Amino acid sequence: MDTAVSLRAAVALTGRFPVLAGIDLSVAPGEVLVLEGANGAGKTSVLRACAGLLAISSGEAVVLGHDLRRNASAVRRQVGMLGHAAALYDELNVVENVRFAVRAAAGATENIDPALERVGLVGRLRRTAVGRLSAGQRRRVALAVLMARRPALWLLDEPHAALDAGARALLGEVINEAVAAGATVLLASHEPEASLPLAHRVVTLAGGRIVHERSLAHEAPAPMHVVGDVHVA
Amino acid sequence: MWRDAVLVAGKDLRIELRSRVVLNQVAPFAIVVLALFAFALGPNRAPMLQAAAGLFWVAVLFAAVLAVQRSFALEANDGTRDGLRLSGLDPAGIFLGKAAAISVQLIVLEILLAGGVVLFYGAHIRSYGAVLVACAAGTAGLAAVGTLYGALAAGVRVRETLLPFLLLPVVAPVLLAGTRAWQVALGTGPGGDSADPWLRLMLVFAAVYLAVGVLIFGPLQEAA
Repeated sequence: MDTAVSLRAAVALTGRFPVLAGIDLSVAPGEVLVLEGANGAGKTSVLRACAGLLAISSGEAVVLGHDLRRNASAVRRQVGMLGHAAALYDELNVVENVRFAVRAAAGATENIDPALERVGLVGRLRRTAVGRLSAGQRRRVALAVLMARRPALWLLDEPHAALDAGARALLGEVINEAVAAGATVLLASHEPEASLPLAHRVVTLAGGRIVHERSLAHEAPAPMHVVGDVHVA
Repeated sequence: MWRDAVLVAGKDLRIELRSRVVLNQVAPFAIVVLALFAFALGPNRAPMLQAAAGLFWVAVLFAAVLAVQRSFALEANDGTRDGLRLSGLDPAGIFLGKAAAISVQLIVLEILLAGGVVLFYGAHIRSYGAVLVACAAGTAGLAAVGTLYGALAAGVRVRETLLPFLLLPVVAPVLLAGTRAWQVALGTGPGGDSADPWLRLMLVFAAVYLAVGVLIFGPLQEAA
């Protein structure tokens, strides 16, 4: 597999509005790509499209070898997404939420305890209902789900939001470890100081298109494959 | 599919055990519906007995609407619907799991309501077999069709008001057949009537909607 993500002239609509307006993007396996841009530029839409949650109405979209236009749901078990919402059930406790998510994705349940320890959710917190946790703690639970699931493609939407300094450092470590293990990461962020140290490449979006792209390969481990198309709206 | 169904049903039932929404809110609501009908029919026992079977199923239908709404409200918070889609769970398994969890809750409600019918309306159950089969088939049918329409309404902003509007006309056969089967079981129906054709109708209704749900829940979930 030469590319983990390959979008070619990909268009996605919300109603009649093109949230992705013919985007070309190629991401190599093991690469960390940061998506930046103003609100409404299309960062979240790129992540949702790659997860098979946003239908591609024209163009090509292949993620982890799955053609999203043919079968968008086929890729989902290999994808982990940390979005604005943590996708957790308030009534279930921390362990129950992580266990449900891992078992649903056919992941290995023996990864759960190490992941929870790593994000600092130990002792009484493990048995606390998620609805009683702070925003930052909920974010840690969602991160533990990703760590325990070990997806091939990590889609992170503002992952640093609500995290304290310690958790931000931990997130960086976790991303680097995932990449070292072969995962690919797409990270949408408004916080360059937090996201750029992790990135191999940065693309800037506006109006559902890529308007600028720059490689940071000299600052981080070289990606396996980089496509350097630059599009100006 | 079955593994996924057990996983989803276990999750929904665990959430209900923690929140007790059905037990603390829906069940009292259904009992109040029965009691209000009893007040409305007056102190004379004859009309109450005559209406008992139908009022039982009307209360079950109202409770089923609330249970279905609650089931899909769980997936409306904090991006859990996307989380469920991203998990890669078999949509047929999700459908069966959610329908199974709703069924368990409805069975508990029906036991309470059956007690209410005996208590408020002075009804005597003469055929426990007919009552049990009617409740089992009616529950499966209501849960299956409720889960389908719950998924259909899930992506709509006005889902709270849309769901009863969509669901109640579709479950009219359950109301009709369940009422007739219970009338026979309570001995309040037309003389010589048999519950068998009504029970068969309820079983067919449940089987059809379970099969349709297994087949179309995936596309429905994506479209909603």
